[in-house]
Amino acid sequence: MPQPRTVLLNGDDVRRAISRIAHEIVERDRDLSALAIVGIRSRGDVLASRVREAIRTHENAGVPLGSLDITLYRDDLTRIGYAPVVHESALDFSVDDKVVVLVDDVLFTGRTIRAALDALVDYGRPRAIRLAVLVDRGHRELPIRADFVGKNVPTKPTDDVRVHLVEVDGRDEVELVAREAVSA
Amino acid sequence: MKWSRRHVLDTDDWSREEIEAVLETTGAMVEILQRPVRRAPPLRGKTVILFFAESSTRTRVSFELAAKALSADVTNITASGSSVEKGETLYDTVRTLQALGGDIVVMRHASSGAPYFVAERTDAAVINAGDGWHAHPTQGLLDAYTLRGALGDLKGKRIVIVGDVVHSRVARSDINTLAPLGATITLSGPPTLMPAAWRRGSLPPCVTYEPDLDRALEGADGVIALRLQKERQEGGLLPSLREYSHVWGLTEARVARMRPNAPVMHPGPMNEGVEIEAAVAHGARSLVETQVTNGVAVRMALLYLLVGTPSLEAS
Repeated sequence: MPQPRTVLLNGDDVRRAISRIAHEIVERDRDLSALAIVGIRSRGDVLASRVREAIRTHENAGVPLGSLDITLYRDDLTRIGYAPVVHESALDFSVDDKVVVLVDDVLFTGRTIRAALDALVDYGRPRAIRLAVLVDRGHRELPIRADFVGKNVPTKPTDDVRVHLVEVDGRDEVELVAREAVSA
Repeated sequence: MKWSRRHVLDTDDWSREEIEAVLETTGAMVEILQRPVRRAPPLRGKTVILFFAESSTRTRVSFELAAKALSADVTNITASGSSVEKGETLYDTVRTLQALGGDIVVMRHASSGAPYFVAERTDAAVINAGDGWHAHPTQGLLDAYTLRGALGDLKGKRIVIVGDVVHSRVARSDINTLAPLGATITLSGPPTLMPAAWRRGSLPPCVTYEPDLDRALEGADGVIALRLQKERQEGGLLPSLREYSHVWGLTEARVARMRPNAPVMHPGPMNEGVEIEAAVAHGARSLVETQVTNGVAVRMALLYLLVGTPSLEAS
């Protein structure tokens, strides 16, 4: 059965969203010397790197960049029946007293962000942690919200939101694939 | 690759992909050990039982640190001072382990094959931390990880293993791990301490035997010296420790025959002045301390991978 597919953001939309998020981050926390960007693997880290480049272009300022793998902090490890692949995190600066902007591609249940918050505090005590996402698709299961959002998209819980990025997938695009819930 | 093994008993039947999966996971664990908080939560609520029926400090402590770094509860059963000393059979011990309800049993035993016996009779995942002359899989994996860190890709690299190969579970596990990664292995040491078939030339693929250590080391990419158990001399396999050291000990002059910066490793504890000279053991090429650090990370990787695999009963 063919699945209805909608493009939510094309390449230009993705570029503009990242550029806007970068501006908003700087407006919110003027002190760039305390700012750090940390992406959640495996697409948030790519977006984080682009946000940092945008801040460098707009503000002529470099901010530290890190990436987090949250696999070990997942709350479903004992349920999924196998050990998912763990990748290396890379945070080679101190997060103490920094304003850390976590970056991820899609905000859905909030469980990934919960895991990322736990992982991040194992590196130190940031002054503040903020959250930037390319797409917020709703259906939170935890009290978590994003500070910077590329696009809010109403979805069904069964839908699939797929983010493609040039660095990983060869093109920039966000699409929504509607998936009929399997009838019992 | 989806990890599907329930136990780590020997690496002799592992695919290259499985070894790579452990080494990649190890890299992530090394990073955790460098954080201000050296702990992650994936084994929260799990119990790791360390059952060491043969004396060992460093391997046991390494497993203990690894389990704790992943937030597991750890309990120890040692042979001395326990009912094992009072004549409890391995079967009784297994029943006790089963009743204690550990999720993972890490065991060392003087009898080759003992971990298989336990794995067949308990619901827990079993990690072999050394059984007799048979296997020491975590040592093989940590040696592979350490060599990769020093040399990069091991394809085409030639590693010398020198010493008491016939009694060495480390040598066997090193061969089983390094060969699938593309390395070739040159064994060296007294013919009396080589397996008879290997001495006569029927060796596993990628492995050769060169009794002359100087020749074995010429142009090599790294060397692993094995611990010489002093009782081998009493068993008549060696004329004297001095002679062993003279002919097969790693000296500065000998290691200089290898490629520049080729690393020197040893599973520990070292008999300095017997299989390895102090200047080499603590010299610029020595990765002995790196091996110890990497050992914790490799064991973390295995604990993490195993705890994700459901027991047959549960699945």
